[in-house]
Amino acid sequence: MALLTKKDANLIIDPLADNNPITIQVLGICSALAITAELKASVVMAISVVFVLGVGNVVISLMRNIIPSKIRIIVQLVVIAALVIVVDQVLKAFAYELSKTLAVFVGLIITNCIIMGRFEAFALGNGPWRSFLDGIGNALGYGVILIIVGFFRELLGSGTLFGYPVLGDPIAKTGLYSIGYENNGFMILPPAALIVVGIIIWVQRSRNTALIEEN
Amino acid sequence: MAINTEKNLYTVLFAALMVVVVGSILAYLASGLKPFIKENERFEKQQNILYAMGVNDNEGTGSVSFISTDRVEEVFTSYIKEQLVISGDQITQDDQAYLIDMKKQLAARKKGQPFKLPVYIGEKEGKKFYILPMYGKGLWDAIWGFIALDEDMIVQGVYFDHKAETPGLGANIKERFFMDDFEGESIMEDGRLVGIKVIKGNNDPANTDKEDNAVDALAGATITGNGVTAMISESLNLYKDYLESVRSN
Repeated sequence: MALLTKKDANLIIDPLADNNPITIQVLGICSALAITAELKASVVMAISVVFVLGVGNVVISLMRNIIPSKIRIIVQLVVIAALVIVVDQVLKAFAYELSKTLAVFVGLIITNCIIMGRFEAFALGNGPWRSFLDGIGNALGYGVILIIVGFFRELLGSGTLFGYPVLGDPIAKTGLYSIGYENNGFMILPPAALIVVGIIIWVQRSRNTALIEEN
Repeated sequence: MAINTEKNLYTVLFAALMVVVVGSILAYLASGLKPFIKENERFEKQQNILYAMGVNDNEGTGSVSFISTDRVEEVFTSYIKEQLVISGDQITQDDQAYLIDMKKQLAARKKGQPFKLPVYIGEKEGKKFYILPMYGKGLWDAIWGFIALDEDMIVQGVYFDHKAETPGLGANIKERFFMDDFEGESIMEDGRLVGIKVIKGNNDPANTDKEDNAVDALAGATITGNGVTAMISESLNLYKDYLESVRSN
């Protein structure tokens, strides 16, 4: 018996490409703009969202039959906020350095529309295991785009990856800089993220024309 | 299941129960973890103060590397010779002065209440360092740090930190390529205390001019940079009289 049935596997695979939360559903754009100037921040954000969305989807799915529909949005927000605070506090106590890098993201995770979108669209109507897979899949789909955008923005904007200079030293003029290459300061500004996301959407849709919406 | 989740009574009860359950989990967790978090914050402050006076584990021109937490307490007591608290005209010694929270003191000052200003006096290789805390605001939230001065009011080192500046932009104030620029700058100009400005376009990216009271700004982080400028001048001005007495000695 396979570990995952084909249907279950699709829950993870679909959001990675053909149903990507950022490029197809266009959710979570705000945080994608805010934190992708550096690759490291993108990776940290991706991991945090995988955790919060994976666990949150399971919690919501377990409670789906007892949540009063009138206040379901509030319940979802409480679950997200509580999870984020728990993670934040535990990290502060046992991994202080990491918690400091993460502090910026706490607010952004709570307001990330992918999380509420998945709670609302999937976890409220499906069992815990499938919800868990859906959560992980969507969070990974989100993370992949974040990391791609972060890679290009940090490389072209600062000439570094994970903070390590890969193109040489712009002040001492070594490496690529010695032949007149300059960092593109525009890449580290938020609008550059929109352009990179736009290019990803373009490439993805031109490779798979079925994804193009009809007017 | 036979629960009618549409009823108002059920909705209210559910909400109430949820608040109690989530509230108690979080409260229990917060109080249980508090001692650990406090300890971490204490070590961090010691690391930051030491960092400002150039006591750290930095290698080459790489990233910021503090004295590790398991020996920071010991290193701190061996380098920091004196801790003073300035309160009005009075200066007293207090070896717990490093725990003073500048945010609270500045809030008290704003309300016209008495407030305390800590000074940490460090000694390294026979040279004296006067380390002052700073607190201000950046683009999104608080920024803070420490500045180490010598008797001639030349900056010997700084440490900046922030709560929520934009990663890759304003958050870079805590990177070495920014902080290292402050070393050797004077906070005085023609005998007046002016601080150090973070400015754009001073055509000095490598910061070789140490006479201009300025360092090169970070691209894309204008407001954070202005926040640093304001924080330095406001914080140092609180210590004006004390710094004057250090200088004339």
